[in-house]
Amino acid sequence: MDSVVETHGLTREFTRRGKGAKLLTRSALRAVDDLSITIAPGDSVGYIGANGAGKSTTIKMLVGILVPTSGTVRTCGLDPLKQRRELAARVGVVFGQRSQLWWDLPVRESFEILSAIHRLPPSRSRARTDELVDRLELGEFLATPVRQLSLGQRMRAEVAAALLHQPQLVILDEPTIGLDVLSKQRLREFLIQERATHGTTLLLTTHDMGDIERLCDRVLVVDHGRVVHDGDLDGLARAAGAGRTLVVDLTGPTADLGGIPHTAHLGSEVDGARQRLGFDSERTTAAAVLAAVSERAEVRDLSIEEPDIEDVVRRIYHARR
Amino acid sequence: MVAIHPYIRLLKAGFRQQSAYRLAAFGGLVANLTFGFLKVAMLFATVRAGGGTVQGYDIGSMSAYIWISQGLLGSINLSGRIDLADRIRTGDVAVDFLRPLDVQLATIVTEVGRALFALIPRGLPSVAIGALTVGMTMPTTPGPYLLGAVSLVTGITISFATVYLVAIAGFWLIETRGLQILYMVLSGFFAGLFVPISLFPTWLLIVAEATPFPSMMMYPIDILTGRVTGWASAGLFLVQLGWLAAMLLVGRLLTLAGRRKLEVQGG
Repeated sequence: MDSVVETHGLTREFTRRGKGAKLLTRSALRAVDDLSITIAPGDSVGYIGANGAGKSTTIKMLVGILVPTSGTVRTCGLDPLKQRRELAARVGVVFGQRSQLWWDLPVRESFEILSAIHRLPPSRSRARTDELVDRLELGEFLATPVRQLSLGQRMRAEVAAALLHQPQLVILDEPTIGLDVLSKQRLREFLIQERATHGTTLLLTTHDMGDIERLCDRVLVVDHGRVVHDGDLDGLARAAGAGRTLVVDLTGPTADLGGIPHTAHLGSEVDGARQRLGFDSERTTAAAVLAAVSERAEVRDLSIEEPDIEDVVRRIYHARR
Repeated sequence: MVAIHPYIRLLKAGFRQQSAYRLAAFGGLVANLTFGFLKVAMLFATVRAGGGTVQGYDIGSMSAYIWISQGLLGSINLSGRIDLADRIRTGDVAVDFLRPLDVQLATIVTEVGRALFALIPRGLPSVAIGALTVGMTMPTTPGPYLLGAVSLVTGITISFATVYLVAIAGFWLIETRGLQILYMVLSGFFAGLFVPISLFPTWLLIVAEATPFPSMMMYPIDILTGRVTGWASAGLFLVQLGWLAAMLLVGRLLTLAGRRKLEVQGG
């Protein structure tokens, strides 16, 4: 089957005018630089990078709301600029920072309006709305005007709104931003289910490593508009140097636990009763580090911290320079 | 059962949205009435000074003009502001372009839906209170009311089709407030909000008639109050249709050009 997203040499420049005495000089900033990516049907792709790396610019070109400077883009087999309306029927976009609901109207009515906009037959609209209400647990606030919803409730309603027409490709731009742990959890579970049931292709940008780990089989890392990593999650961890952190709570004050192989002492709290040890999971294991710690002190409790997405991105950027 | 047409559903959405602002509608009504009585004082004095008629207006028909024009203030857009301008500035317009709809038509239809709702809490009470307090002369045959109603909806639509142009200029201008204020100043004057345009000196009347503004408010009132009847009223309605077509066409071209230019703000 044809790919859902296909770009060749996709480039977008923004002209910037200089300030003060340089007002008349213009410089071109390449937000997206010669980007060639392919996303197959059913893929779930995390698109990550620092702020300003070109993530949003790429998404805007994929859905036809920004004109590329050069290169080609096909989304769901369509030209996003010339076939905007056909594409809108096949793509659902969730912007964490923008609303597509009718602010003054009850949530249910936004779904009715969107059903009409997508010309869904009433029977299909009803079945799909029921499915989404059930899976995203929207029932208790369906009659509430959107402006009175909490952020977590609103985001769930936003996701339902974007997926009402059962799009083939769902693009989520920072979908979990500002959500509490429980809301994030619910949203992720829903997306996993949606993918399993309908074979939906997902493309998401996020700053949350949890989103990537739970939702994505493939990760694209961009830097200055170029893809610097394209692979699965393990590959990402390897590329990033797989820095995980073991946090141990000891029974009493203890001297710094330095000198454990492939491990770096990152810090001590409460006179050394809690210590943080960074280790390279390619060369050693959490068990080996724990064993080495146990020889020197009695461990009361422990936890392992995964690298956060900023860390991963920073490490990948660093490795390239 | 078949699916409801998207644009009809959006009209209803606009209507329902406006119904959420009842207190604001009441405030608007109070303002309309206050300025209505001010216009009564000034324009009735003008008619009396003219010996009982001015340019064909007597006290009864002047009163009809005053209260209908006040009642339409909540529905005909003479402020130059619509949500779209903010949506372009903040980048929320991206959401509009991600729907399988014509953005121009969807915007105008939603706004007209809001305007039609405003006739209930602001339009009808203004006319009723004016009629009860100072009286007014209205036609006694159904013709002017029928064509008047169609002309009125057309006038409302022309106003939003024109304000759409002000908003869409935001694709090229970072700030459209200057343009909006220019619209506000010109539209109220030339639409006949302050005085009927037939009281203008000839040269100013010619200028006014060269703009879409009289088609928004003056012509519908002329038809509705029976000041213009028969073929002449059909002629005014045709002029309205011409302006509507022109504004929609320009809006269409600007929307197409704007899409090329579209650099949606923010992340």
